[in-house]
Amino acid sequence: MLCLRQISIAGLLAAIAVLSGCRLDMHVQPRLNPLAKSDFFPDQRGARPLLEGTVARGQLHEDTYLYTGKIGPNPGDYMPFPVTKEVLERGRERFNIYCSPCHSPLGDGNGFIPSRGFSRKPPSYHTARLQKAPLGYFYDVITNGFGIMLDYSSQIPPRDRWNIVAYIRALQLSQNATKADVPAGQNVPSEPPTFLGDPGSGATLPVMAPEASSKSEDQK
Amino acid sequence: MSQIFHRSANTLSRATIFGAVFVIAALGWVAYEVQGSPYVTYAGVRKPQPVPFSHQHHVAGLGIDCRYCHTSVETSSFAGIPPTKTCMNCHSQIWTNAQLLEPVRASYRSGQSLQWTRVNQLPDFVFFNHSIHVNKGVGCNTCHGPVDQMPLMYQQESLQMEWCLGCHRAPQNNLRPRDQVFNMRYQPPTSAHPVVVDGQSYTDQVDLGTALVKKYNVRSVGDITSCNTCHR
Repeated sequence: MLCLRQISIAGLLAAIAVLSGCRLDMHVQPRLNPLAKSDFFPDQRGARPLLEGTVARGQLHEDTYLYTGKIGPNPGDYMPFPVTKEVLERGRERFNIYCSPCHSPLGDGNGFIPSRGFSRKPPSYHTARLQKAPLGYFYDVITNGFGIMLDYSSQIPPRDRWNIVAYIRALQLSQNATKADVPAGQNVPSEPPTFLGDPGSGATLPVMAPEASSKSEDQK
Repeated sequence: MSQIFHRSANTLSRATIFGAVFVIAALGWVAYEVQGSPYVTYAGVRKPQPVPFSHQHHVAGLGIDCRYCHTSVETSSFAGIPPTKTCMNCHSQIWTNAQLLEPVRASYRSGQSLQWTRVNQLPDFVFFNHSIHVNKGVGCNTCHGPVDQMPLMYQQESLQMEWCLGCHRAPQNNLRPRDQVFNMRYQPPTSAHPVVVDGQSYTDQVDLGTALVKKYNVRSVGDITSCNTCHR
């Protein structure tokens, strides 16, 4: 009788040991999950940076213009790939994720985040200086940052940076469009607001002109 | 010799045998409830973090997209925990003296990583991939819950296999259009608020989901409930 009890207790203990051992082995396997802590390396990072002087497969940036936006020391003014509708749509999506918090969805520099207490607000894309800026200039700012804007090279891959650049140019065109740009036979949904002074300088909200003329349009 | 047991012992013994069934069933029920409870799954538990980061403030309050920080969620198995620099994109300008953010600034100065506590943790024998779910139309909050209403991050669901299979057995009950995946305020279609996909208006989730299963080439239930889909 006693013997039976001892055997059953030993069996139970063995089962617990086996099951708990199982759980540890399979739940926590001897490998590193992404960004997990590792005591093997002095900086405790499981994710390792590239060794100095090495190039990872597929990361040899041979097309320098695609990766820098520059020809020699100067920014270039062409896209490294053709602009299609997909490029612009992707650009709009990425712009709205990464850029619009500060630059606003219109690109006028009145995004929400700077209003929380930035020392400087981003400039409007619709000023004469940035309208004339070459495409490679925008690419370079995204890649390396500018002023108080830190770089976005780790958040936005190169092709997406170009997609955003294409969309910024589209924003600039759209925000400075006139009625003459609308194809014949199509209607403008509403009159654009008229600004007093420079539209959206970034430092202040744009000042709207009284809507006397547009109101009469609406009533038609 | 008198009887050892009273007559009532007959009834008692029958009740005991009958009752044992209930006792065993009750034990089974208790075990089932315990293994699915937050005590085991950690669902709803706010784990301590080096900085009390509020998703509610950053997502609902400021309107920042999930992908601003979780950059690799569309292309990789891992959604990505942002490096300290992503915090500093804004916090080099805002709340620069806040004591609460000192660990972030210290990390940026020293280059030492912030050690966040993982909230949604799967066992190592599950090979979960974010990108496939996001690209087939599974919304962030379908699994992560109302993250935009979470001042401190917690795990919404049990993350147990039963819960995974609930969707893998009937994906049409949860899919949404791809462009709505990151929309935290997305509502499934109703007759009052239909969801339009490719010019077709849907008023019922199952109709919409069935169309999306076809459109996004979601593999058959047999395929996605196969063991080696998740366990390799």
